[in-house]
Amino acid sequence: MEAGAAPLLEMRGISKSFPGVRALREVDLELRSGEVLALVGENGAGKSTLIKVLAGAHAPDAGAVRIAGALRTVHDPVEAQRAGVAVIYQELNLVPGLTARENIFLGRERSRAGFLRARQEASEARGLFERIGVRVDPELPCSALTVAQQQAVEIAKALSSMARIIVMDEPSATLTPQEVARLFAIIRDLKAAGIGVIYISHRLDEVFEVADRVTVLRDGACVATRPIGAVRREELIELMVGRRLDQEFPKRRAAIGGERLAARDLRRGQAVRGVSLSVRSGEILGLTGLVGSGRTETARLLFGADRLDGGSIELDGRRLELRSPRDAIRAGIGLLTEDRKAQGLVLGRSPRENFGLPNLTRFSTAGLVREGRERAAFARRSAGLGIKLPPHEAAVRNLSGGNQQKVVLAKWLERDCEVLIFDEPTRGIDVGAKYEVYQLMNGLAARGKAILMVSSELPEVLGMSDRILVMHEGRVAGEIADARGATQERILELAVR
Amino acid sequence: MAPSKAQTLLSRLLAEHGMLLVLLVLCAYYSWATFAVQHPAGAAGGEQLAREISSRFPPPARVLVVARDTEEDAAFAGALRQGLEAAGLEAAAVVYGQPADAREALEGLEREGRRLDAIACNQTTASWAVFDGLAARLPALGGPPVVQPASYRWPNFLKAENLLNVANQISVIAIVAIGMTLVIIAAGIDLSVGSLIALSAVASTLLVRDLGGGESATALAMTLSCLGGIVLCGLVGLFSGAMVTAFGIPSFIVTLAMMLVASGLAFQLAEGQSIYQVPDSFVWLGRGSTLRVPNAVLLMAVLYAAAHVLMTRTVLGRYVYAVGGNPEAARLSGVPVRHVILFVYGLCGALAGSGGVVMASQLKSGAPTYGQMYELYVIAAVVVGGASLSGGEGKVLGTLIGAFIIAVIQNGMNLTGVESYTQKVVLGLVILGAVLLDTVKKRGWSWILRKRGA
Repeated sequence: MEAGAAPLLEMRGISKSFPGVRALREVDLELRSGEVLALVGENGAGKSTLIKVLAGAHAPDAGAVRIAGALRTVHDPVEAQRAGVAVIYQELNLVPGLTARENIFLGRERSRAGFLRARQEASEARGLFERIGVRVDPELPCSALTVAQQQAVEIAKALSSMARIIVMDEPSATLTPQEVARLFAIIRDLKAAGIGVIYISHRLDEVFEVADRVTVLRDGACVATRPIGAVRREELIELMVGRRLDQEFPKRRAAIGGERLAARDLRRGQAVRGVSLSVRSGEILGLTGLVGSGRTETARLLFGADRLDGGSIELDGRRLELRSPRDAIRAGIGLLTEDRKAQGLVLGRSPRENFGLPNLTRFSTAGLVREGRERAAFARRSAGLGIKLPPHEAAVRNLSGGNQQKVVLAKWLERDCEVLIFDEPTRGIDVGAKYEVYQLMNGLAARGKAILMVSSELPEVLGMSDRILVMHEGRVAGEIADARGATQERILELAVR
Repeated sequence: MAPSKAQTLLSRLLAEHGMLLVLLVLCAYYSWATFAVQHPAGAAGGEQLAREISSRFPPPARVLVVARDTEEDAAFAGALRQGLEAAGLEAAAVVYGQPADAREALEGLEREGRRLDAIACNQTTASWAVFDGLAARLPALGGPPVVQPASYRWPNFLKAENLLNVANQISVIAIVAIGMTLVIIAAGIDLSVGSLIALSAVASTLLVRDLGGGESATALAMTLSCLGGIVLCGLVGLFSGAMVTAFGIPSFIVTLAMMLVASGLAFQLAEGQSIYQVPDSFVWLGRGSTLRVPNAVLLMAVLYAAAHVLMTRTVLGRYVYAVGGNPEAARLSGVPVRHVILFVYGLCGALAGSGGVVMASQLKSGAPTYGQMYELYVIAAVVVGGASLSGGEGKVLGTLIGAFIIAVIQNGMNLTGVESYTQKVVLGLVILGAVLLDTVKKRGWSWILRKRGA
């Protein structure tokens, strides 16, 4: 690159706050044309937010975005697209019922006097697929394509819109090794065509294979940008983690007793392929692994939320036949779901009603709710947890993330379960609230409850667990029997392979 | 501090009871638009006139009572005579009929040669020409004055019988709307209720005719027959619910299909005819009244009270809101989601069946053409009442208000002489306006303006 020429993309001093969270603090990022820049960081480090700022989905609180030297001030997705930015999200943004061709030209249909020119579109689509070297029938509906093919459609779509910057968010997470190799070939072609690629991945092997430079985000700040040849793998992990963990987690002394929950050879489809685990009294078992490794699916099986294809679950030596979460709750198992908005709360109802939902058998006589009892119990719990409640029993959707999570906690604490499964217990809540959640978990363990904690935040897994199971592709890839001696590197090795 | 508190209270009241406000505004408007001179009639008019006469004419005054030969006038004359006699006055004669009958009575009294102190009329009979120049024609009577109840100004809309009429006319829609409210709160919809009204009306009357003894059926036989119709509709509702829960077919489609099925069944059962072989007492529910309140209105009130308790005080009610608001969160909290859905569809079917029974009783027959388009009025009542079609929100009493808004508009337009085609247009626009108001109230103008910008 010639000296003095403006980089393809320049983001300077980008800051963005959400209520209670500073997601980005003065992040700088630079991308040159014909370059692959890897963007790495832990979950919650701010990668997605940064990409959303680039894509125009979030307006930054401060900072400037320049594309090919031109300052871009309009922050909306259409404007970003016009400026040549294409983002391929992990969950892919295709309309399943439309064909590959229709998806490629969605919003930019080739037409004359209002009539579609399907043949022109088809030949252009074939040309695009040829260019990236994949075989996809442009007339097949996207729902009939494999994930890799759908990705190719997204890339073709980006190319057809003359994108100069293509962002790929965890593109390899759901691909087979052969498909990943194919993807890398495509990326090299894009490079050769002068397109800048931002590649986001947890898989460091891939980063070293495909990237030219790497930028590391941590806690919303950019901590380093290095040429890939000038950084070692261990160094990169240290940069990603890079903080002292000992003050973040409350200390506790656990008296670990006998086995309470035991699962043998759990199976369900491709997601869970023979998982065995046991949780003992007073123990916090950490279950971790990459997104899609089957952690949450395992938790749901233990709670009866999904049907087992095979395997058995025992609680205190008694075999459980879980046909629904109702059965699991009766047996004494509780699940705090990872997505509290979609699965944990009825957002339109009041915190008290949400709190009461699994506990109504205790707050009712002959089918009538004894509201006084419920109110008293909720007042006790919300005071104990320090939940800040809006006036007039407003809907729970008006609460902050941390307070919502505490409502979920309150409802399960009241239920007094013997086994509690925490799926991402601290996702989206601030540091102070996290500490309180950890203390609660410790308190429960001290009372002899068995706790299974599903988490992708490695410091949390290391700081809270007595024992750690790492999952990979639906199986337990390894067990770290003594969490005190474990390191993030060890976990990542098991999780990444 | 105090005014701001009052303000927040007011805005909260508006936010929670906005539709009540709309209803009150409508009532106020129609009260104003139907303001008219009222002439007391019937028993109440008779009592009032008796008081007036007894204060003007001390005993032993003699009074001639003149009324037409109608039910209302009979009540008027009866009450008047009773009141006069209680005050120690003498009712010289009571005339029921035409001016000629009045002339005959007057001539009869003159032949007796006794003086007459007053002629008591109602607003109609007072204007009869037979009373003109009486002093000259029949001097022996002493030229008695014609007295009638004092008129007053009062809105036609606000007359007690009109208000009860409004309630009575909406009772079928309002009863069916209870079930629809539950289904909509549970994030579903039931399009089959109109057909179920017909099915229930046909099945009930058919049972009365063929098994209950026809026109000589006993009260017990009629009750059992009607319960049969209601249970049948409840089963149809359960079937819809089962299709929704077991196969995950959208409720719109399931109940659209059941709408056709139930309507077809009703026509088959009735062989396309009306079934009217029922005893006269069959109309007890639809036309009878208890303490002057129509029985259908009483039934509606009882059902609304029960449904309100169900939805605000019971575990099951909580579950319905939770299932509609977030079925996955409800399931993961141990709510038996499928059973709750089955329940709401079953209940909705049974309530549609009850509506059909009320309608059959009102019309003293059952026909497969009943209830056509009713599903739309019922859904309108629920939505105007503030329930959200996306589920999880809504109140049973809101639906009652919604039903009354529809009823008041229809009744008010009848009273003000708006023709029926125009009525439909107005009703449609009012429903739209009410829901728009609700949206604005919930989200605020800023949301709507922003939406337009996007």
